[in-house]
Amino acid sequence: MAHRIEIGFKEGLRDALGAKIKRRINEHLHIPIADVKTVDVYTIDGSFSREELVKVAAGPLSDAVIQHYVIDGALADNFDWLIEVGFRPGVTDNVGKTAREAMELLLGRLPDRTFNVHTSRQYLLRGTLGRKEAERIAANLLANDLIERYEVVPRQDWDTGKGMPPFVPRVTGTEQIRTEEIDLDVDEEALSAISNERVLALTLEEMQILRDYLRDPAVREERKKVGLGARITDGELECLAQTWSEHCKHKIFNGVIIYDDGAGHTETINSLFKTCIKGSTQQIREKMGAKDWCLSVFVDNAGVIRFNENYSLVFKVETHNSPSALDPYGGALTGIVGVNRDPFGTGYGAKLIFNTDVFCFAPPDYVKALPKRILHPRRIYEGVREGVEHGGNKSGIPTINGCLVFDERYLGKPLVYCGTGGIMPATIQGKPTHTKEILPGDLIVMTGGRIGKDGIHGATFSSEELHEGSPVTAVQIGDPITQKKMTDFLLKARDLGLYRCITDNGAGGLSSSVGETAQLSGGCDLDLKCAPLKYPGLNPWEILISESQERMTLAIDPVRIDAFLGLAAKMDVEATVLGKYTDSGMFHVRYGNRTVAYLRMDFLHNGLPQMNLRARWSPRRREEPVFPPPANMGQALKQMLSRLNICSKESVIRQYDHEVQGGSVVKPLVGAMNDGPSDAAVIRPLLDTYEGIVVANGICPRYSDIDTYHMAACAIDEAIRNAIATGASLDHLAGLDNFCWCDPVQSEKTPDGEYKLAQLVRANMALFDYTIAYGVPCISGKDSMKNDYAIDNTKISIPPTLLFSVIGKIADVRQAVTMDAKRAGDIVYVLGETRNEMGASEWYALNGYVGNTCPKVDAEKAKKLYEALTKAIAKGLVASCHDCSDGGLGVALAETAFAGGLGMQIDLAKVPQEGIDRDDYLLFSESQSRFVATVSPDHQKEFEEILRGEDSNLSPFAFAAIGEITAASFLSLRGITGEILMRESIAELKASWQKTLSF
Amino acid sequence: MTKANINKIVKSIVITGNGTNCEMEMAHACRLAGSDVVDIVHISELLHGEKRLDDYHFLNLPGGFLDGDDLGSAKAGANRILHATIRGTDEKLYDQMTRFIRDGKLILGVCNGFQLLVKLGLLPGFNGDYLTQTVTLSFNDSGRFEDRWVHLAVNPESPCIYTRGMKDIYLPVRHGEGKFIVRDPSVLARLHKEHRIVVQYSGADDGTPTMTYPANPNGAIDAIAGICNDTGRIFGLMPHPEAYLHRTNHPRWTREDLPEMGMGLIVFQNAVDFIRRQVI
Repeated sequence: MAHRIEIGFKEGLRDALGAKIKRRINEHLHIPIADVKTVDVYTIDGSFSREELVKVAAGPLSDAVIQHYVIDGALADNFDWLIEVGFRPGVTDNVGKTAREAMELLLGRLPDRTFNVHTSRQYLLRGTLGRKEAERIAANLLANDLIERYEVVPRQDWDTGKGMPPFVPRVTGTEQIRTEEIDLDVDEEALSAISNERVLALTLEEMQILRDYLRDPAVREERKKVGLGARITDGELECLAQTWSEHCKHKIFNGVIIYDDGAGHTETINSLFKTCIKGSTQQIREKMGAKDWCLSVFVDNAGVIRFNENYSLVFKVETHNSPSALDPYGGALTGIVGVNRDPFGTGYGAKLIFNTDVFCFAPPDYVKALPKRILHPRRIYEGVREGVEHGGNKSGIPTINGCLVFDERYLGKPLVYCGTGGIMPATIQGKPTHTKEILPGDLIVMTGGRIGKDGIHGATFSSEELHEGSPVTAVQIGDPITQKKMTDFLLKARDLGLYRCITDNGAGGLSSSVGETAQLSGGCDLDLKCAPLKYPGLNPWEILISESQERMTLAIDPVRIDAFLGLAAKMDVEATVLGKYTDSGMFHVRYGNRTVAYLRMDFLHNGLPQMNLRARWSPRRREEPVFPPPANMGQALKQMLSRLNICSKESVIRQYDHEVQGGSVVKPLVGAMNDGPSDAAVIRPLLDTYEGIVVANGICPRYSDIDTYHMAACAIDEAIRNAIATGASLDHLAGLDNFCWCDPVQSEKTPDGEYKLAQLVRANMALFDYTIAYGVPCISGKDSMKNDYAIDNTKISIPPTLLFSVIGKIADVRQAVTMDAKRAGDIVYVLGETRNEMGASEWYALNGYVGNTCPKVDAEKAKKLYEALTKAIAKGLVASCHDCSDGGLGVALAETAFAGGLGMQIDLAKVPQEGIDRDDYLLFSESQSRFVATVSPDHQKEFEEILRGEDSNLSPFAFAAIGEITAASFLSLRGITGEILMRESIAELKASWQKTLSF
Repeated sequence: MTKANINKIVKSIVITGNGTNCEMEMAHACRLAGSDVVDIVHISELLHGEKRLDDYHFLNLPGGFLDGDDLGSAKAGANRILHATIRGTDEKLYDQMTRFIRDGKLILGVCNGFQLLVKLGLLPGFNGDYLTQTVTLSFNDSGRFEDRWVHLAVNPESPCIYTRGMKDIYLPVRHGEGKFIVRDPSVLARLHKEHRIVVQYSGADDGTPTMTYPANPNGAIDAIAGICNDTGRIFGLMPHPEAYLHRTNHPRWTREDLPEMGMGLIVFQNAVDFIRRQVI
């Protein structure tokens, strides 16, 4: 039978969670409420004596100093509404799992006693609420209907003596394990129907290829030998759908595109990935020659570069957009712990040393009606933030920086970019660590979590728009502690050389992890019956493609298997042999003795023909903005500082541990009061050396409204200049490209597909041009191509978004520079030229315009500036350096001043510029490749000499001293014509900057 | 090894596993502080009897999220230490800990390690009772996890070995459950009377304890950030001394003149020096 243990705070003690929920009910739902109290509920599904339950309740489950408990009774009284929220059957319940383990330790393991613990939480609300409000609180704030169930009980229906009856969310419906066979020898309509009904996301053409494969007499002959017929099994169909999904195969990036530039020129691009991305990296590496520090690019789960002679760095950024739209907390948590496994499963396995996260949301103060199935942006914001907090903090990986981007078009799908870096010894036991090897005969071993129905169809689901039938099983909840235990164990196993190869289980689960690694040996023989399950009743195809979290797949030499399994058992990590790698050329999957999938490796991986696509570019003309300059420039600057894309993100940053592992050098918040916005993060991954890593991001989706070529150029420039501002050098800087697009394939659903594809082509052309110009090679990347929402007649597409992330080496972290003004009397410089290119700027957006001319990057000049600045920083000549991005020079000056707690006197007439005759344009133009730097007068001469270059008095780029830092804490500006433009206290400027997201 | 051979060799152990995550920098701190042997030991090695606490002088319990803090911070972790048996024996890990204390050795718990000490009942450990929990660390008043640097005022009258010679310390807190709470007023009175309150959250300038957020980041009563046992050899605190070992860890190192060595390192140096002088 099931028992309930309820735990609550003693009278008079603050219930911090209750207080937080109360605040959220007020702020998010605008329902006034008097009080919220919480009660934690453990439902124990098993037979226990009263005495045992008391031991458990008084021991691990409650804290006697502040809490009390009741067993099989109720704590709740003095409320108006009670809402209890628990998980639906099969949803990962991390707390329940921990409680079960604690009970086993406390009471001892009995061989004939199996039990489970399920958690739920009661919210006791006080206030004058009707049922409608209570239901709204439950549905719109406390519970996510997709993964949770809730009950709403009014006071008058409550009997404290009886309390709530125990409810066990058991997974039921354990019908017979079966393998279905599907006849693909059917007409076109029926083929399409099969793909749609099973969420396969395969096109008719792809379905026809499968049909034709099975028609091949040789294929039929080999299938007969393993007991399969001419019909495809569900396991084979699902596995092919995963492997051939847009998510795994990047069909658009690998397709053949005929691109029409709209000006009479047409060209054929054979794979954007090969030509623009891999192609540029190859050129850059060739140019570096013997100095090439790239070790592994585009072939593994993450890119690998050299850190120093003895260590290599690994970096990867992923997105988890679709799941985060449905379940922001679970989706984002899975996003971060999922991307953690990429560097961890790269080469021979890397220790994880940092996270960097970028989120794109609709404005949290969104007031319009929400389309069906869409959660309010504020809820998505809080849920994603919290999911990444739990995933990152609990894994012990510092979140060293990131950013938030806001645009209404992220309402349909938020973008949740999670990046993780790792470090590994360059060699282990004499072998290089950045490569992978598997020999026939090696055992297939899975470690970590168990397999459930969670995350089925994750890969195919994210290869489609969010629609009415998007499957709920696609959502998973990660468990960072299970993963931490596994990574602790695997790092030990790695250093002992106990495995041959490691990879992660992400999209597509075992079908991808084993399917992909089996290419190294030439085949596999996998027995799904051996796989440990969370609960019985999974069919073989579900085991094969489930994306249940916290799992790695390894190849292990049979002579080392005992040592490996022994260490796993000792460290309390589950590890199971699931078969072996072969050289049979076949992807062979069994369930016991029965074959459930038998596919040629070559067909599985190379059977998909290239997609053929058309792209047509046509620049869009918008009305040219007409509005007068602001009467009060100080007010205008404050308005700019308060904008969502510019304002302080401190409330989010502080909730992420950015210092764990002890190597923090430049934190996300810097300056006199530890609250200024730093440009890039610097960490020391090895505590006994001053060599460090610089990490930065660039993202500017607004410019896509004008031209994605410049959007991409600006994103690349932003990431690089952030890194340069902090002390990185172009000599040792690598990039990651992460494209999030709206569906660019022309179809009935997407009538403007050719234009969107042209946008993609143009962004890639910029990627090619600018990575080569800067000599910053991409080492890995990712794309997510279906970020659309389409339900009923509403379609929302995200603006095309490229996140460009860079990782670089800084030879000595003590040379790093932060953005805050340091001393009164220092000279303020602007480096780089300001131009009249206001299009898609925050200033135009504030005034209700987009315009037509967005910033363009002059990489040739910028590169010279960056090289000179790197030199000046390395010589210790620069007191502060801050990049100019959203909000331009005005915002950068204000931030530099108030972060340093100092004032500034600036003469805008001295700013190097071209074509600007308005102070507002000069202040808020977002021209790229610019910095605000401050320099002590003692260093002025040397600094200017370095910037001018050695051989000439003419600088290869524009720069000028425009004022000085003052002890008086005002930002004072003189305008272009010499009159006083504004004088604002830095405290007020900072307050404007801080207020927007200070919830 | 004979007694003579181990003479003056300071041995430190840093326990990890099940969600602990500050073991690397804590071990680094011990090394920088001069500990001759520093072992990061996974708890499974202790539970399998491969390593024993008895072989060390300085036990470090680092920060992290033991078992995800799923049942309340360090609750499941404390349950393991109390009830898991060391393989092939009847001994619990807790037994080794109490023996370690009896032998006059040093224990430092930081953040999750402090939560663990408190929930085991090892701190404050009145009257030699190391099993009854009298204080706790609960959810921050803000209801959120926070990473921010705080000023700590050091109690000069405290018997704490680790803070000798220090007046104040500047360190980061990184926790969601750091609010110090006592079972009843008598516990608090006794903590004060016996000078067991080692460090208190204080304002930046005046060094007086504060209840004002964010200087007091969690609402801890009487601004308590760390306490010790009667001998001053067991010390637990929420802020992270191992996070400030070098000046570049300081949030304002690019704008202030700071000594090369971080303030947090002094805590470890005091411990190692004391062991060399008085424990071995």
